[in-house]
Amino acid sequence: MSILVIAEHDNESLKSATLNTVTAALAIGADVSVLVAGSQCQSVAEAVAKISGVTTVLVADNAAYEHQLAENMLPLIVELAAGKTHLLAPATTSGKNIMPGVAALLDVAQISEIIRVESVDVFERPIYAGNAIAKVQSLDAVKVLTVRTTAFDEAAQEGSASIEVVASVCDAGKSRFVSEQVAESERPELTSAKIIISGGRGMGNGENFKILEAVADKLGAAVGASRAAVDAGFVSNDMQVGQTGKIVAPDLYIAVGISGAIQHLAGMKDSKVIVAINKDEEAPIFSIADYGLVADLFEAVPELTELL
Amino acid sequence: MKVLVTVKRVIDYNVKVRVKSDNSGVDLSNVKMAMNPFCEIAVEEAIRLKEAGIATEVVVVSLGVKACQEQLRTALALGADRAILVETEQELESLNVAKLLAKIIEEEQPGMVILGKQAIDTDNNQTGQMLAALTGMAQGTFASKIEVQGDKALVTREVDGGLQTIELSMPIIATTDLRLNEPRYASLPNIMKAKRKPLVVKTPEELGVSIKEHTKLIAVTPPPERKGGIKVANVAELVEKLKNEAKVI
Repeated sequence: MSILVIAEHDNESLKSATLNTVTAALAIGADVSVLVAGSQCQSVAEAVAKISGVTTVLVADNAAYEHQLAENMLPLIVELAAGKTHLLAPATTSGKNIMPGVAALLDVAQISEIIRVESVDVFERPIYAGNAIAKVQSLDAVKVLTVRTTAFDEAAQEGSASIEVVASVCDAGKSRFVSEQVAESERPELTSAKIIISGGRGMGNGENFKILEAVADKLGAAVGASRAAVDAGFVSNDMQVGQTGKIVAPDLYIAVGISGAIQHLAGMKDSKVIVAINKDEEAPIFSIADYGLVADLFEAVPELTELL
Repeated sequence: MKVLVTVKRVIDYNVKVRVKSDNSGVDLSNVKMAMNPFCEIAVEEAIRLKEAGIATEVVVVSLGVKACQEQLRTALALGADRAILVETEQELESLNVAKLLAKIIEEEQPGMVILGKQAIDTDNNQTGQMLAALTGMAQGTFASKIEVQGDKALVTREVDGGLQTIELSMPIIATTDLRLNEPRYASLPNIMKAKRKPLVVKTPEELGVSIKEHTKLIAVTPPPERKGGIKVANVAELVEKLKNEAKVI
C-alpha cells in the first residue's frame, strides 16, 4: 500500500481535518505521504512532518497553488498519484472540490465521506443523509477517498517525516481567486469545536442568537444553527449543521429551539453528549438527546449562562 | 448562450428511508420519487439566466430509468426548453454519469452547465467536479451566486468558514448550494404546456459510452440507533449532570 493524503491548510497553519484523514490512511496501510500544495507554506509542511505515522511530506510551493484551485491542483495530484494505491483528502469543501476530478482523470471512482476502513478496498460510508450505511468495495486499482473527519480520531503529532520538494508547477489559467469572506469569530470553527450550541427556528430571530453566544463564550463553544434557522434568515449558512450543512461530532452538542428534523440530526447525531432544550416535549430531538429539558429557551438559556 | 442543466430522480426528501431487511439496499418500492432538491435549484438558476437574457436556451438532461421523464417534464414545466433522457436500466455511478454528460456537452456545446452539488440518495457530491475534469471546463462548485460577465463568470462559493469568490473562463460548470436561489413552483398551464415540449431519448450505446462498474455495494445497513436519555427538571439539574455525570463541561 502506498498512500497519499492531501493536506488542508491556509498556507500558514495546518487544519486539524488533515490529522483525522491521516488516521484513516494509517488504518489502510503504513506508507503514508502527505502533499502540502500552497504558496509560502513551509510552516504547514513542518507541521505535517510532525504528524505521527507520516513518512514523507511532499511540498509544492508555488503561487499557482495558493488557493488550491481545482484546475491547478488536479494535474499536480494526478502526477503524484503515480505508484500510489490510495489517495485521501478530508471531506471538507476543499477536498470535495478537488478529489472527484482527480478520480475522473485517473478513470476511477471516488468513494465519498468514508466513516470506516474495513480493509484496503472495503469502506463504509453514510448514504441518504446518514439514514443508511453502505459498505462499498472498490474495484479500481487506485482508491480515491474522502474522509468524514468526525469518524476518525486526530493523529498524534510526535513524528518526524522527511520533507521533499515537488518542482512541478501547473497553472491552468482557467480560474482565478478573487476574494474571500471569512466569517470572523473568536470562537472555534464548528467542525473542530469540542462544544457546540445551536439554535433553531425557536430562536425567533437572528438577534436572539446573542443568548447562545453568551453560553458559547462561557464554554469556549462554537455556535451553530439548524437549516430552519438559516432558511428563515436568522443567521448565515456557514453556521448550518445538518445533511446539507456541516457534519459535526463534538463532545457536547446543545440544541436549542431545534425540533430535530432528520436533516438536522444527520449532521449532529454522532455527538458524544446531546442536550436538547425545547418547549415542545413532543419534539423529535428529545428521542436522541441524552439530557432533555422541556422549557422556554428564553428563560432556560440565560439561566444556563448564569450557572456555568 | 445555451445552458445545460441536469436533474436526478431521487426518493422524495420527506420520505423516511428504510433499509431492506436483506441489507441489499434502501426500499424504494412504492415510495414517492421527486427531483433532487439541489437539482431544483440548478433548474431555477438556468431559468433565471434565461429570464435575465443571458441564456438563450435551457436544455435539461437526466440519466437513468424511463421514469426519469417525470422529472424532466417537471423541469420543462418550470421553464426549460427541451429535454434529453439518457435511458438505461443499469445502475450509474458518478463517473459513468460524468462520461455520458461529457458526450452530451460535446454535442450541445453549452456555455454553462449547472448541476446540483449532490444528490440526497447517494450523497456523493462528485458528478460536477468529474465532469469539469473530463471536459476541461472550469468549475465553480457549491455556488451561492453566479454572475456572467462576458467571457468570464464570477462564482461565489460556500466554503468551510465563509464564502469564496472565483473568476472562471467560460464555458463553466457550476454546482449549486442551498442559497443560490429559491426554486419556484410550476403553474398548471405550464405543466400542460410542458407535455408538448421536445424530449429526446438516447442510450449510453448511442453516446458511445460503456458503463463500467467501479465499486461493488456489499451491504446497506441501518445506522446504529441512538437511544434517548433522560429528561431533567431544570437548568440546575442539567448543569449538574453535565459536570458530574457526563463530565463534558
